[in-house]
Amino acid sequence: MTSSAKMKEYINFYDDKDLDVDVSIVIKEGNRSADSIRKREKVSRIFITIILYIVVTFLALLMVFPFYWMIITSLKNNTEIISANQTFFPTIVMWTNYVYVFNHFHFVTYMVNTIVVAVFSTLGTLITTIFGAFAFARLNFKGRDALFMVFLMTMMIPGEMMVISNYITVAAFGWIGENANLMDAYLSMIVPFWVSVFYIYLLRQNFKQIPNELYLAAKVDGKSDWSFLWKVMVPLAAPTLISITILKFMGTWNSYVWPNLVANKDEFRLISNGLRGSSFVDPDSGRVEYGYQTAATVLVTVPLFLLFVFFRKYIMRGVGRAGIKG
Amino acid sequence: MENQNIVRSEDKTLNMNQVFDGRKDSYVSQYDEKKDVIVHFVSRKKLKEKFKVGGVLDNEQSNNWKAWLYLAPVLILMAIFLIYPLINTIVISFMSNYNYVTGDFDGFTFDNFGAILGLSDINGFRDNRLIDYGFANTFILTFVTVPLSLIIALLIAVLLNSIKWFQKVYQIVFFLPYVTNTIAIGMVFSVLFDRQGIINFIFGSDITWIYGADRWTAMVPLCIYIIWSSLPFKILILLSGLQGIDKQYYQAAKIDSTPKWRVLLRITVPALSPQILYLMVTSFIGAFKEYSSIVALFNGPGTSTGSYNMYTIVYYIYDNLNTNTSFAAAAAVILFIIILIFTFLQLWVSKKRVYY
Repeated sequence: MTSSAKMKEYINFYDDKDLDVDVSIVIKEGNRSADSIRKREKVSRIFITIILYIVVTFLALLMVFPFYWMIITSLKNNTEIISANQTFFPTIVMWTNYVYVFNHFHFVTYMVNTIVVAVFSTLGTLITTIFGAFAFARLNFKGRDALFMVFLMTMMIPGEMMVISNYITVAAFGWIGENANLMDAYLSMIVPFWVSVFYIYLLRQNFKQIPNELYLAAKVDGKSDWSFLWKVMVPLAAPTLISITILKFMGTWNSYVWPNLVANKDEFRLISNGLRGSSFVDPDSGRVEYGYQTAATVLVTVPLFLLFVFFRKYIMRGVGRAGIKG
Repeated sequence: MENQNIVRSEDKTLNMNQVFDGRKDSYVSQYDEKKDVIVHFVSRKKLKEKFKVGGVLDNEQSNNWKAWLYLAPVLILMAIFLIYPLINTIVISFMSNYNYVTGDFDGFTFDNFGAILGLSDINGFRDNRLIDYGFANTFILTFVTVPLSLIIALLIAVLLNSIKWFQKVYQIVFFLPYVTNTIAIGMVFSVLFDRQGIINFIFGSDITWIYGADRWTAMVPLCIYIIWSSLPFKILILLSGLQGIDKQYYQAAKIDSTPKWRVLLRITVPALSPQILYLMVTSFIGAFKEYSSIVALFNGPGTSTGSYNMYTIVYYIYDNLNTNTSFAAAAAVILFIIILIFTFLQLWVSKKRVYY
C-alpha cells in the first residue's frame, strides 16, 4: 500500500456516519510517534550543543596553551624544564627567574626605547594621517582621485623593496653608524614610519561619513578649514584615531626587522631585538636557560596583554577593518 | 582673474547697491533668482564650465594650493621613504660592485640576478643559497600555511557562529594570539618543541624539531607557529562576515533538509567569498615575506650554526643587505615581481568566483 493510499484511509472518516467520537490522528514514522521524534530531536540538539562546546573549548585551550606554557616555564627551574617527566605545574615556584632577568636583561632600557619610538612615531603618523585624510576627504583639488589611486597602489609594494634604500638613506643622514648617538638611533626608527597609506585610507573613509551639512554650517559661521578639522572632524573620528594609535603602538612593540638593522648598539635596541639578541645561555653548561628566557618573554608579552584588556574594543574593531600589524 | 565669473553668495548684501544703481563700476551685477545669488559679470565672455559653481564650495576650488599644503607632509615623506627607495632599489639591483657607503659602482649589469639565481658568476662568485633554500622554503611555507590556516579559521569561525552562550568570551580567547610579540611567542614555541619539551612528551616521540633538526622536520613547528599566529585575524574577519549573511538562505536550506556540509560549501563559503578573497590576498603577501617567525624559532637562518636551510627570500634580503647590497636588491625585485604576479592572479580568478 502506498503512503498516499494509507493517508486516505486515515482521513476518510467523514463518510463514516457512525463515527461520533473525537478522532486523533497518530502519525508514525517507523515505530516512533511524533512525540518521541520531538523528544529525540531535542536530545540530539542538546547532544550536538555539548559536542560543539567541547570542540570549541578544546580548540580554545590549544590556542592559549603556548601562553600557559610560557608562564609556567618561566616559574620552573631548569632541571624541571628539561626533565623527562614534564609537569603541568612547577613543583618549586622560581620567582628568582624574574629577579635574574630584571638584573641581566636590560628590560627597562629596551622598554624606554620602545615607548619613546612608539610615542613619537605614533604622533607623527597621526598628524600626517589627519592632514592627508582631510585633504582627500574634504578638499577639492585637481587630480585628487588619481592621486588617491596612486596612494592605494603603493600599498601593494612589499616593504622589502624600500628597506634597502631606506637603510642607505638613513646612513646618509648620519642616523646610523659608528658615530650615531641615541637621538640619531631614535630618529632612524621613527621618521621612516611617519606615513601610513593604509591609515590615511581608513581615516578618509571615516571623514567621508561626516555629513556635508556640518562643513557648510561651519563655513557659514565663518570657521576656517583648519578649525573645522580640529574642532569637528577629529573629535568625530576619535574612535578610528584611537584604533590607529593602539595598532601603531602594538606595531612598534612588535617591530623587529628595521630596528634590528639600524640599532647597532645594545642600548639602542627595542624590546623585540633586545629579547632575541640577549643571550640566556648558562655559562657553566652552555645550555639555553629556558627559565630565564621565558621569564623575559613573559615580561615582553604582559604589557601588550594589558593594552588588550583596556582597549579590547578599539583593537578588535581596528583590526577588523585594518588587519595590518603596525 | 579678469576673465573669471565668480559667484559668491556671501557678497549678496554687500553688493546690493551695485545692482540697483547699476553704473558704479565697470562690471554689471545681476540677481539670479533661481540660485539666490548675485552674479557679477566680470567679462562678456561665455562662462567656462568649471567656474559655474555656486555656494561656498567655490572658495575651496580656487584654493587648490591649500589642499597641497595639507598633503605636503605626506607627500614629502612618501617621496623620501617610499618612491625614491622603490626606484633606487630597482636601480641598485642592476649595479655591479655597488658600495652603499661610498655610492661607487662599475656600470650596469644583469649579473646580480644571474648570480643569485645560480646562472652566472660575478668575480667567480655565485650565491646558490636562494636557489637551494630560499625559493623552495618560501613557496612551501606559503602553500602550506595559507590554505591550512584559512580552512581552520573558517571552521572555527563557523563553530563560533553556531554557539549561543559565551560567544564573546570565546571570540576574545581566539583573538589572543594576535596581541603578542612575534619574537617572544616564537621563542616559547621553540621551548614547546624542544627535544625535552612538552610536544615530544605528549606524543611520546623523540624528535629533534628545532636545533640540529633536518630541514623538513623543522618546517613542522615553523608552519604550526605561523598558522597559530595567523588564525586570530582570519577568524575575526570571517566571523564578522558570517554575522552579515542573510539568515533566509539557511532557513531555505533547512526546509529542504540540506546536509550541513553542503550548506557550508554551497551557502557559507560563496557568501563569504569577498572576505576569503581579502584574506587570501593579504595572507599570500604576508606568507611570502616570512622572516621574524624564523628568527624567533631558530635564532638564525638555519637549524644549526653556519647552516642556511631555513632561508626565505626575505631572510636572504635582510641578511645580505649591508654585505652585498646589489644581491639583496635583486632578490627584493624578484620578490616584488612574484607578489605582483600572485596578487593579479588571485584578483583575476576572483572575478569568476567572488560574489559581492
